Order: sequence, then C-alpha cells, then structure tokens
Amino acid sequence: MVSAVFHSPLAAASESIAMKKEAQHVDSARAMGTKDHQTLAPSVANTKTPAAARPPRDWRGLVMAVLPPLLGLGLLVGIWAIVSISTASSIPSPWETWKQAVVLFSDPFYRKGPNDQGVGWNVLMSLERVAIGFGLAAAVGIPAGFAIGRFEFLGRMFNPLISLLRPVSPLAWLPIGLMVFKGANPAAIWTIFICSIWPMVINTAVGVQRVPQDYMNVARVLNLSEWKIVTKILFPAVLPYMLTGVRLAVGTAWLVIVAAEMLTGGVGIGFWVWDEWNNLNVKNIIIAIFVIGIVGLALEYVLIKIATAFTFEEVKN
Amino acid sequence: MNQHSSKFIEIQNVAQTFKTKKGFFPALRDINLTVAKGEFVTLIGHSGCGKSTLLNLIAGLTMPSDGTLLCANREIGGPGPERAVVFQNHSLLPWLTCFENVYLGVERVFGAASKSTGAPSENKAQLKERTDAALAMVGLTAAAQKRPGEISGGMKQRVGIARALAMEPKVLLMDEPFGALDALTRAKLQDELLEIVARTHSTVVMVTHDVDEAVLLSDKIVMLTNGPAATIGEVLSVDLARPRNRVALADSALYLGYRKAVIDFLYTRQAHVEKAA
Repeated sequence: MVSAVFHSPLAAASESIAMKKEAQHVDSARAMGTKDHQTLAPSVANTKTPAAARPPRDWRGLVMAVLPPLLGLGLLVGIWAIVSISTASSIPSPWETWKQAVVLFSDPFYRKGPNDQGVGWNVLMSLERVAIGFGLAAAVGIPAGFAIGRFEFLGRMFNPLISLLRPVSPLAWLPIGLMVFKGANPAAIWTIFICSIWPMVINTAVGVQRVPQDYMNVARVLNLSEWKIVTKILFPAVLPYMLTGVRLAVGTAWLVIVAAEMLTGGVGIGFWVWDEWNNLNVKNIIIAIFVIGIVGLALEYVLIKIATAFTFEEVKN
Repeated sequence: MNQHSSKFIEIQNVAQTFKTKKGFFPALRDINLTVAKGEFVTLIGHSGCGKSTLLNLIAGLTMPSDGTLLCANREIGGPGPERAVVFQNHSLLPWLTCFENVYLGVERVFGAASKSTGAPSENKAQLKERTDAALAMVGLTAAAQKRPGEISGGMKQRVGIARALAMEPKVLLMDEPFGALDALTRAKLQDELLEIVARTHSTVVMVTHDVDEAVLLSDKIVMLTNGPAATIGEVLSVDLARPRNRVALADSALYLGYRKAVIDFLYTRQAHVEKAA
C-alpha cells in the first residue's frame, strides 16, 4: 500500500487517510513520513525511487498551483478592460484604476475633515465596528449556544425564536438600533451584532449536541466533575463547530458592514463607497471593491487557519 | 473462596426493554449470572444479541427495565471508576496526549481523598507515577506524549486499557476491545492482557464475538441466545491451566473441545439469526 502510485495530490491525500484508517498497525512515524512524501511529490512512483533519494523538484505541481489562478485574474482584468472600452471609459480601465490606487495607497492615513479621510482609516474604522459588534455577539452567542445545546428545555425554548429572527435581514434592525442608541456608530455595531450572533449560537448548539456519546460515556465512567466535563470534553469537542460559526459570522459581518455604513454614514469603507459614488469617482469605487474583497479574504484565511489547528481526529465507529 | 468473593457481581432476573419508534423492543430477559472475584468472564453471541447491552448494564451506563445488578453487594446505580470500561472504539479524547488521557482518570480516582476507603489524596508526583506505570504496563512509555491521532489502532486500544487499569478498578469491563484490530495485533494484545490480568488479579467481563479469544482468555464463557429477548443459553467453564499459551493450546484436545462446544452453540443451536430477528 505504501508503494502505490498516486496521480494527483487529492487522490494521494484521500489515499493516505484511508491508509491511516485501515492499516493502523503501520507505525505512525512511517505513516506520517509517507504522507509528507506523497504531498511533496504526488506524481512520483515510490516503487522506483529509493526512500533515501530526494524527490525531484515537482514542476508540474508548481505550474498547477500558480498558472490557473493567474489566468483567472487575467480573465477578470480582460473582461473589465473590454467593458471599459465598450462603455467609452465611464467604467475606468484597469490601468487608470491601478494608477489611482497607487496614488491612494501612497497616503492611506491622511485626514482632511470628517468626510475626507484616507482609505486606511476607512478600512480600520469598519474593522473596528465589526470587531466590537462581533466580539459582543461572540460573548453572548457562544455561552448561549452552549446552554441551548446542553439543556433540552432551553433548546426547545429558544429554537422557535432563533428560527423566526435568523432569516431577517440584519439591515432591518438598523432603524431599531438608531432609535434605541440614538447614534449612527452604535446602530451599525448593533447591526453587526445581530447578524453575527446567529451563526455562533446555532453552530455552538449543534456542536454541543453532536459531542460523541462515547466521550460522554467516558466522562460518566470516570465520574468527572461538571467543570472537567466542560473543559476537557465539551469545549474541545465543540471548538471546531464554534470556529465554523465564528467564521460564518465574520464573513456575514463583513458583508453587512458595507451596507450598514452606506446607510449610517461617518467614516468606514461602506460610507467611502457611497461618498465616492456621490462624487462620481468610479475608480475609487472599484478600488474599494478590491479592498473589501481582500480584507474579507484575509479574515477568512486567518479563521480557517485557526480552525484547522483545533480540529482533531474524531472517534471512529 | 468465601461467599463474598464467589459472588462479586450478581445479576438477578435482569431484563432490558428499549422504547423505539416501532414500540417496545425486548433486548434481554431473565438474565441471571454471578461473577467471582478475579474471574475472567466473556460474553459471546451473534451480533444484536444484547452482549453490549448487558455490559452497559454492569457498567451502569444504562439501567435495567427489570431485575437488579449488584457489585460487591451494592446495587449498581450508575457508572463509576470502580467498574472501568474499555470501549470498543477506544474512546480516547483526541485533543489530549496518551498521558493526559490516562491521567484524567487517575486524577479523579486518586487525586481526591477517598470516602469509601479512607485513602488520603495523592499529590501530583504520585498521580504522575501511577499514570507512567500504567502506560509502562501496556508498553507505551515512548508514546506517552503523542496524541491518539498519531498512534496506531492497537496502541490506542492499549492506552484505553491503561486508562481503565490505572484507576485500579474492581472490575474491568471490555466491549469487544480488539474487534477493530487485525489478527496479529489482536493476538499480541490478548497475550498482553492475559499477562496483565494475571499480575493484577483483575475481575474481567469481556464482550467478544471471537470464539478463540473467548476460550483462550476466559474462566467462564457466557453464551447468549439470539435476540430479540435474548437470554443466557449456556455457561461454559473453561478449566485450562494458566498461564495459557496459544501455540501450545492450538492442538490441545481440551482446548479444541471447548472451542467445539462454543461453535456448536453458536452455529448449530443458535444458527438462525435472520429467522429469529
């Protein structure tokens, strides 16, 4: 099995998982070693290469990793250029936009009055709102999710409420926020709070309900205290679910903040988009779209990294 | 052997009925069984006959619908560390190292002053020593700091056994502990288990579906009839001298006789699983 020939990194990965599951007598160090070897050189037949020899540089894998994404980006820029030409530059061309972006990012943190600040300030202000709203939602949502998942009574009590309120667009809550908090900034934070609490409550609750019965049986046989059950079993078992909730919540929050800021004004990336629209500065709007996308991507990437670090192999039945 | 030790676990008229969507499902009925202290008992039967159900009852993980279960003359009211369970799928916590998995139980049993025996609580060094000793007993000292995901299935099952034994249980309950392992690893662990049990004089109740395993390990083989409403069909005492050696036993007439008796029960008298179910 170790000397099997793999044709793609994907197949190699799934094969190595299957191998781990089935051939459990293979000692771990060796299994790990072969796995690394496979991912480094997926198309190399291990039968021919002696284990000591260094795998040859994997040009094909490198090309596959770099070329398609570049082509994709190229396609986007190409279509953009065609649209720009066919609309007689009412949509600015990629090159024009690039030049504008260079100017913009050479001084991202200037301040010329409340309505004219650098793009860096706008992004940071939006991130701050997301952080506060999201943080509050996590502080409320995660313990609530634990309680709802652990106690059936609470679950039955809150599930109808959650089902009713979750589909409501978070922006519908904005007027309520404006009314209660009497300010644009807290209202935007309130909107973020509302939109990011649901994924965290629901995922945490589902995670608690799906803690394998085997782990709970272990807890019962060892007669662990409730504190030990929570810290040693429930929390680690729920963590991957919780982090999925966090990831969904951050994604939604970042989507919603742009819309909320368009409505509330102030400083922020969403307000900036709206302001540039009022100035008919389309280049800045396109730059804003890229900035929003890149920040969202970065948030997602960081949270996926955190989630994989805390995901463990489950008990297999 | 006095009265107390010959009836260490007593199961009296136990029945277990499960409530399902289709109504009540009788899993076990009229179970009467005694296990002496230091005895090695295996429960064998076709799948679905309620072997694991019976083990869970002894563990206290489920309560019987009828009848009583006693352990050391006290009614079994719930699970506890004095009846340690080795689970079929090892059930190690994947976020803890092997050491921490074993330590969790040790800490619970010996970290606090015992009310029943009056033993004082032990300090961290003593607890660590117990954990190390348990891992050494199953030959896993080198893997102590590894997580379950980094070791093989046989090693995981050994950690499960170490976790159970480290709590110094009165009874060791094993639910098909070697069922998921390949034949060679299984044989190796069976030999290790025999050695450990001989050393610790543990009382063991083990569920298995492997005839050779049952004959090799047991003092008593409890054969269950097919479900639903399974009961004990026959109890076979295995009087083979210990220590037992699987190679020497392979052509011992006595061993083959016991083996034949179990096979006869399983495949001749209780053959029609489908018809009964």
